[in-house]
Amino acid sequence: MVKFFYEFFWKSESKNGTANMADIEKKEGMNSRRRFLLAATSVAGGIATVAVATPFVMSMMPSERAKAAGAPVEVDISKVEPGMLLLVEWRGKVVWVLNRTQDMLATLPKLDNQVTDPKSEKDQQPKYAQNETRSIKPAILVVEGVCTHLGCSPVFRKDVAPADLGPDWLGGFFCPCHGSKFDLAGRVYKAVPAPTNLVVPPHMYLSDTRLLVGSDKESA
Amino acid sequence: MSKRLEAMIGWIDTRFPLTSNWRAHLSEYYAPKNFNFWYYFGSLAMLVLVNQLLTGIFLTMNYKPDASMAFASVEYIMRDVNYGWIIRYMHSTGASMFFVVVYLHMFRGMMYGSYRKPRELLWLIGMGIFFVLMMLAFTGYILPWGQMSYWGAQVIISMIGAIPVVGQTLSNWILGDFMLSDAALNRFFAYHVVTLPGLLVVLVVAHILALHEVGSNNPDGIEIKANKDPVTHIPVDGIPFHPYYSVKDIFGVIVFLIVFTGIIFFMPEMGGYFLEYNNFVPANTLQTPDHIAPVWYFTPYYSMLRAVTVNFLWIDAKLWGIVLMGGSVAIFALLPWLDRSPVKSIRYKGPIFKLALTLFVISVLVLGWLGTKSPTPLYTLLAQIFTVIYFAFFILMPWYSKIDKTKPEPTRVR
Amino acid sequence: MRNLKSIVFVFCLAPLVAFASESAVTLDTAPIKPRDMTSLQRGAKTFVNYCLSCHSADFMRYNRLRDLGLTESQISENLIFTGQKVGELMTVAMPKKEAKQWFGVTPPDLSVIARSRGPDWLYTYLRKFYRDDSTATGWNNLVFDKAAMPHVLYELQGEQILNVKSEDDGHGGTHEIKELKLAKPGSLSRTEYDAYVADLVNFLVYLGEPAANKRVQIGIIVMLFLFLMLVLTYALKKEYWKDVH
Repeated sequence: MVKFFYEFFWKSESKNGTANMADIEKKEGMNSRRRFLLAATSVAGGIATVAVATPFVMSMMPSERAKAAGAPVEVDISKVEPGMLLLVEWRGKVVWVLNRTQDMLATLPKLDNQVTDPKSEKDQQPKYAQNETRSIKPAILVVEGVCTHLGCSPVFRKDVAPADLGPDWLGGFFCPCHGSKFDLAGRVYKAVPAPTNLVVPPHMYLSDTRLLVGSDKESA
Repeated sequence: MSKRLEAMIGWIDTRFPLTSNWRAHLSEYYAPKNFNFWYYFGSLAMLVLVNQLLTGIFLTMNYKPDASMAFASVEYIMRDVNYGWIIRYMHSTGASMFFVVVYLHMFRGMMYGSYRKPRELLWLIGMGIFFVLMMLAFTGYILPWGQMSYWGAQVIISMIGAIPVVGQTLSNWILGDFMLSDAALNRFFAYHVVTLPGLLVVLVVAHILALHEVGSNNPDGIEIKANKDPVTHIPVDGIPFHPYYSVKDIFGVIVFLIVFTGIIFFMPEMGGYFLEYNNFVPANTLQTPDHIAPVWYFTPYYSMLRAVTVNFLWIDAKLWGIVLMGGSVAIFALLPWLDRSPVKSIRYKGPIFKLALTLFVISVLVLGWLGTKSPTPLYTLLAQIFTVIYFAFFILMPWYSKIDKTKPEPTRVR
Repeated sequence: MRNLKSIVFVFCLAPLVAFASESAVTLDTAPIKPRDMTSLQRGAKTFVNYCLSCHSADFMRYNRLRDLGLTESQISENLIFTGQKVGELMTVAMPKKEAKQWFGVTPPDLSVIARSRGPDWLYTYLRKFYRDDSTATGWNNLVFDKAAMPHVLYELQGEQILNVKSEDDGHGGTHEIKELKLAKPGSLSRTEYDAYVADLVNFLVYLGEPAANKRVQIGIIVMLFLFLMLVLTYALKKEYWKDVH
């Protein structure tokens, strides 16, 4: 293709281009010097184009203001009682911090065959949350409260076997928009519209009571 | 592969005049072979236009046209947006360079008689472009909403109020308010980003079409189409634009870019002429700066505006100043009809024209310099003298172009 | 013709005569060192300690100070006293309306002060405060007469007083010479204080345009590349134009 455009733009011109001139004098036509200069200039020009395009493209990436607004959020979890759900905002999204009781944790293995991805094999969580409880500390679940179907915010339903959710319901999250269901580790039930487990955001513990949501590295 | 692409081009050609336009405007468009330095500025003007459009789009992604947010949004672009500072400097430097290039482009026209028949309409379209460019500069400069943005605009707007009878109502209509405020800022943003660029692009296309219709003038001022090869019908002094002028213009672009990027990366403020120091102070509607001067490219006209100090007939000095200022731009449009010389180019014109043009250039430079200064009595006198010289260049031209001793034009270009 | 030309020439010289300048204070040249990171860090420290309580730097983000070779934790531990996060802007607690009541004028934001006033003005201003009982703050300034700002750094510079001397100007009249004398020394010597202010002004210049160093660096690369392209495109042009006679 390069050859085609090269011929179209440059070669045919000097073939006819010199014939396009009224004074037919001794004309050069395409030679190796011209070819080399054209090639060298085109390559340099190509590099220049990429170089000039770079700042424009990069300017569209999140600015420092956006990055600051999306910075990790520190959460004090000392007041979160067992069984309590805390709602935190990070990057404009709902993030739940759920302190699960022993009973709550016990429901998880029972539901292994009712959820689509019991071992969290799909990439919905960082490596350190790819376990039975989908968390770093077994009791504390940190998960984005965003339904993986179409983005509604599910409702926390810790009640066991309520009328509307049936006798098999052991507690979890229910999405009112289209009926998707998630267990107390955020794993998605089979046969619901949502395809994947709730996303676990990057997070880390700065101490036993200080949770940092949005980062899992020591910030520079 | 080559056959495939040839076929594709053929498919396009039956539906769109691709190859025919390529030939008509590039590979078989014949330009005089004697273009010199002064002939780079047309293509450079196009380059700067593309620069302004491209950088302008990206600035619009982050700029806020609200009086309470505009200044901060510019600093946001300079600091928080990745490479925002490059885009801003490219735009501000480009604005000034647009005028450098366009003034030199116009001067070429004045030297070689490029406005003469049959290129009068080409010249008029160019004047339209110049006028739109000035409007673009005016509406653009207000956007950072610094002290100079605000007060410079205030001075110009007050001129509209000076128009008898309709002035105040007209001013309120233009501003959308009783004084310069957020209402004006927002609508000037609309003009600057949508209306005027659109108009400008249309005019530039018209300008090039008009040029290609009659063919370009040249430094010798003779018509190359008058001398065609009997067999090929190609002008004997013509060469196809592509590849000769495409290759030459690319070199010109590189020289220009060296100057352009030299400014952007090493002295973007240009000593306060491209980015004025006082515009780094947010607009304060209650405090006029000691010294209001327009940006450098408007200073000659500003001088003339301030030069009129006496009321004359029943029109007061302020209004005369406005008339003169507008007249100083508008009078360029009359050049095709003021110039009665039998020859087009300065190369074959007599000593009177050469002196007149020299005086004209000096008066523009001096008036420009005076426009940056406070109007002391001496400076005002100088402005008056050079305003007279400026207008004399045009007004006396029908006379001196006729009596000037010209040299015979050649038949072939030199 | 010749006479006309010379008359015009003389007129062009006229503007030079009118260069009698305004009677402003001569500004000292600020020794700006844009790449001296230690100077900039010292200036940053002075800025947040002395200036940021009244003046804001609304357009500058704390974490941008990484440009000066600092880490985010160094910035938040040493340079943030307001409890703000490192990603936030250097805003100031003093509300602008109250500030106007207390000082008569709102202390201007300093983000781009070095771009509007210039480093020389700032450097001179910060060293030309003197005691003046006739003003509200008890201070005045040779560069900015009746400045509403008190001499925040007086403990470091000491206290200066104004001496006005009348001198014969050689034309039968007199003109005033204003001089400042150090009446009470501060904790820094004169050269130490000058260096201290130089660091602060160096920082203010950086504050006005944090991308300046990067700009010059990129500029050098761009220029080298363009000169290469100049050679190539010139050769290309020359080669093609061999056809044209």
